[in-house]
Amino acid sequence: MRQARQMITWSDDAILLTARPHGETSVIVEVFTPVHGRHAGVVRGGVSRKMSPHLQPGAQVAVAWSARLESHLGSFKLEPVRSRAAIAMSDRLALAGLNGVTALLAHVLPEREAHAPLYDRTLGLLDLLGQEELWPLAYLRWEQALLEEMGYGLDLSACAVRGVNEDLAFVSPKSGRAVSREAAGAWADRLLPLPPVLAGQGEASHTEILRALGTTGWFIENRLIKALGDRPIPVARARLLDAIARHAKG
Amino acid sequence: MSGGTEELETLISLLAKVPGLGPRSARRAVLHLIKKRSQQMVPLAEAMHRVGLTARECLNCGNIGTTDICGICESEKRATGEICVVEDVADLWAMERSQVFKGRYHVLGGTLSALDAMGPDELRIPKLIDRVKSEEITEVILALSATIDGQTTAHYIADQLPGVSVTSLAQGVPVGGELDYLDDGTITAALRARKSL
Repeated sequence: MRQARQMITWSDDAILLTARPHGETSVIVEVFTPVHGRHAGVVRGGVSRKMSPHLQPGAQVAVAWSARLESHLGSFKLEPVRSRAAIAMSDRLALAGLNGVTALLAHVLPEREAHAPLYDRTLGLLDLLGQEELWPLAYLRWEQALLEEMGYGLDLSACAVRGVNEDLAFVSPKSGRAVSREAAGAWADRLLPLPPVLAGQGEASHTEILRALGTTGWFIENRLIKALGDRPIPVARARLLDAIARHAKG
Repeated sequence: MSGGTEELETLISLLAKVPGLGPRSARRAVLHLIKKRSQQMVPLAEAMHRVGLTARECLNCGNIGTTDICGICESEKRATGEICVVEDVADLWAMERSQVFKGRYHVLGGTLSALDAMGPDELRIPKLIDRVKSEEITEVILALSATIDGQTTAHYIADQLPGVSVTSLAQGVPVGGELDYLDDGTITAALRARKSL
């Protein structure tokens, strides 16, 4: 007699990253979970009036995934925990921020690989949405954490050449380590700027944060994303930087 | 089905591809149409044939009609200086059903979405900017979905139209809605957009 194959199931907390229609009534979603990483699955009935408000990027949900085989796409049962759409939609910077974070995560996170510390950082960052004064700096710290988690962390504690920890003004694009102004010498124009705010010092004005995001952006684009197959950096990040620049101008 | 019914099978399989229908409901629809051949099937086939030959997008707004310029764009009465921007033709038709808006429309053809590679050039945003200049538009009403993508598109369009009044539809409790059944996002939006009585 043929035995019924047991379904593989797990449950986890999650942040919804993307949702796209699948057929007439279902939606394929990608979520970021602490234990199972970035994971996709089908939500049956996802286009219904009851479900679709909960399937917005950035929403915090409890998911239960099931499939017959581990390699299958599988399906999600999804319980809403916290929606962030209303906060984001009423504020230009928050909307750009939410788009930037979810697009970047969907773009760079390897599938089905746990990144619990980054999940916690992301949750903390999303909880700050709508706090315009705090958010840009929190986002900069999150990008640094993202690089760290993906293996491209910046070491800004001391000069890579002389070992000193004073007058650090540049970052080496090759090693991701800090370089002092004196050690940089004639090589300065080949190095990336190290605004003090990137090393957790000095003024955290939006202009300085944007300079720092220029440096983290370089590593995301030229190291992290290039390693994933030379795809372009999500346009949502550029829109976020634009929104921060507008906010800085008032 | 038995032999000699290839045409019927073809008709059923074509109907089954229509949104909302599956093979079973397509079969029922075909049987019903055959029973009402003269009253429904023949007029339907003729109407489909005519529309199939003439249906096209309005060159101005993107609405679907049977002429190059749709009736709404042609009507002088609708030149109120207001233009309502919608995602697709179904939204335009929904707005028209309400019979509240008396201006003209502009159909974008979707929303900005990095995931689906939908950028501003894939939508009809450049055409909208041209229309705002050439049709002396004083107010652009953004009737886009209350979704992250919809509102991202709304902000993008607002940025592209400096000096023009850009408004968007309100978000909140639907008519006949009970708070107990609403999601927390809708309640938050409704509370933020509260008005004094």
